[in-house]
Amino acid sequence: MPSFLKEFFNRNGTGMGLTILGLVLFWTIGLIILPQLSMLDFSFRPNLPPPEIGGPKDVYTLENYKYLIYGPEGGSQDYNTVDLRVFFRTLVAAVCVTIFNLILCYPIAYYLGQSKGSHIRIFAIMLIIPYWINEILRAFALRIIFGETGVLNTLFVGLGIWDTPFDFIRNDIALYAGLGYAYILLMIFPIYNVIESLDRNQIEAARDLGAPWWRIHWRVVIPYAKPGISSGCTMVFMLSAGALAAPQILGGPSSLWFTQLIYQQFNDNNDWPQGAAYAVVLLVTCILFVLAMMRLFKVNMGDIGK
Amino acid sequence: MSAGIGVDLESLWIRFGDFVAVRDANVHIEGGDFFSFLGPSGCGKTTILRAVSGFLEPSEGNVLIGGKNMKGIGPNKRPTALIFQNLALFPLMKVWENITFSMEIKGASAAERRRRADELLDMIALPDQGDKLPSELSGGQRQRVAIARALCAEPDVLLLDEPLSALDLKLRQHMRTELREIQQRVGITFIYITHDQGEALTMSDSIAVMRAGVIDQIADGKTIYNDPATAFAASFVGENNVFRGKVKRVMGDEALIATNRSGDLVARISTANRGKLAEGDDAMMFIRPEAFAIAPEGATGDHFVTARVTHEEFEGNAFNIFTEGDGGKEIKVSIPNLGQSFKDHTGQNITLEYDARNAVVVPAGELAAE
Repeated sequence: MPSFLKEFFNRNGTGMGLTILGLVLFWTIGLIILPQLSMLDFSFRPNLPPPEIGGPKDVYTLENYKYLIYGPEGGSQDYNTVDLRVFFRTLVAAVCVTIFNLILCYPIAYYLGQSKGSHIRIFAIMLIIPYWINEILRAFALRIIFGETGVLNTLFVGLGIWDTPFDFIRNDIALYAGLGYAYILLMIFPIYNVIESLDRNQIEAARDLGAPWWRIHWRVVIPYAKPGISSGCTMVFMLSAGALAAPQILGGPSSLWFTQLIYQQFNDNNDWPQGAAYAVVLLVTCILFVLAMMRLFKVNMGDIGK
Repeated sequence: MSAGIGVDLESLWIRFGDFVAVRDANVHIEGGDFFSFLGPSGCGKTTILRAVSGFLEPSEGNVLIGGKNMKGIGPNKRPTALIFQNLALFPLMKVWENITFSMEIKGASAAERRRRADELLDMIALPDQGDKLPSELSGGQRQRVAIARALCAEPDVLLLDEPLSALDLKLRQHMRTELREIQQRVGITFIYITHDQGEALTMSDSIAVMRAGVIDQIADGKTIYNDPATAFAASFVGENNVFRGKVKRVMGDEALIATNRSGDLVARISTANRGKLAEGDDAMMFIRPEAFAIAPEGATGDHFVTARVTHEEFEGNAFNIFTEGDGGKEIKVSIPNLGQSFKDHTGQNITLEYDARNAVVVPAGELAAE
């Protein structure tokens, strides 16, 4: 038995230790790894009616992955441009949402982290309470704000600033606002946690040595907050790329999110293997992208946990 | 020497809401001086430093650096550099980057910065340590890096906020000498904040003694020690024995004090209070432990004190005798150990003798907390 396990059992006792260990293993293996492996297995099999599953036609194949790239066999185009375009657009949009969120949340997190007093707690509560409302209701609330006869259009047209209502939905503004808003806390809190521990004297020392405010952030605060920033960005990117409710409710008719394609394959087309292949591609691409970014910005895996 | 840039505080008031942190401070700091603000924690000395460095706007009054009013000028535009109590080195920058941060701001090239960093590292006796991170250095080394970082900005005035308080005793004493040497080498004005009278006395050209937002006395260390202006200055700087009483008679520079406990005693009126003490005024008389000598038994007069010895201790360089004193306080007497034989007096009455020139009387006032 490795020493860390021995120490773990010594500290918690055998009974409690086994219970905790069992629950953790059940959680990671039973609820995460096995279902994902089963999805991976699905993605390499043909879509067969139930009687034929396990029959001679049930063999491993790359058909489902080929479909994403080349489209249906004998189709009119060489590549599956429709789905591929949705795939890349989703990734680019998730990157944009992440950057937008970072720009929005860094000042808030900095303010919360460096100010003292009870009003900070009130601000934090005001940020958290809206998240008691479920995601779908929040998305519909944004629809009410951004819709053609929504609050913003009524206001601006009524004031005579715009002649005709602006279509926030078709222009994806509602979608970006919705996605940005959905994950704002996951960006603010990791950055806030790190910045809160930054010694105020460091900021004053930089200022005393002649640094203007942007330089203080660039050289002192941001390098210090890097673990929090990378943790927040990773979460926001992963969750935006995998979001379903916001694109479904706030997305324009022409702007499908890749998760919506996956959803269609599972539910509308009843093609689980195809849906699983799409999901695997999205997951693996996102992980590779995040790892590449971590490499680029010299972030350690341990920092993500902060 | 007045080659350096001086600092003046003119009728400086600093308030935080109803709380007055600094009350009407008027200080002239000579250019090139090592000037200390000495006082217990919470007396407003750090507040003054923050007002000089520009992190805090005074409520009233002016801060002048080199005769120029600093009102509205931010800390990044003032010719001052501040060394923080916790040093505030940038943990993610290498030592040489830390030191030359101010040059980086001005856009100096990396090669130029590296060269300057090496010069400064030589000066602070840390050659070849430039590529380390601050966390890889010892406390004393970090201390010196903080000084180099501040000096690299070529300030006219260096401000130090209790920079030695985090070091252990030996290192602290060593750094005192080193700081004083550096100050004399660079020749700029140092303003030093401390609650440690030893630091203030050993390093400073001038000391301002502060109490609850008020500056009690500004003078060189010897004057403050020998000729305190207030009861607080007398009791805060060095060990001192207090005798409370009333002025019975003023005789030129001396006064006869009717003490509450020890009869009539004579003492020199401190210079700042000459002509201000009149008969019947409440007064406090101070005699240092080392100013006492043991007198023949039964001697009486206006420079003899008789008291019962409570306990004694041997400190190596001195024998300390503690007797019952005024207001529940003990009288401490230090007899230098010159190899003489020493009799235990515990429980007995002892007669002590002092020279009136070594006893000083000031108006009754607040004493420093022990």
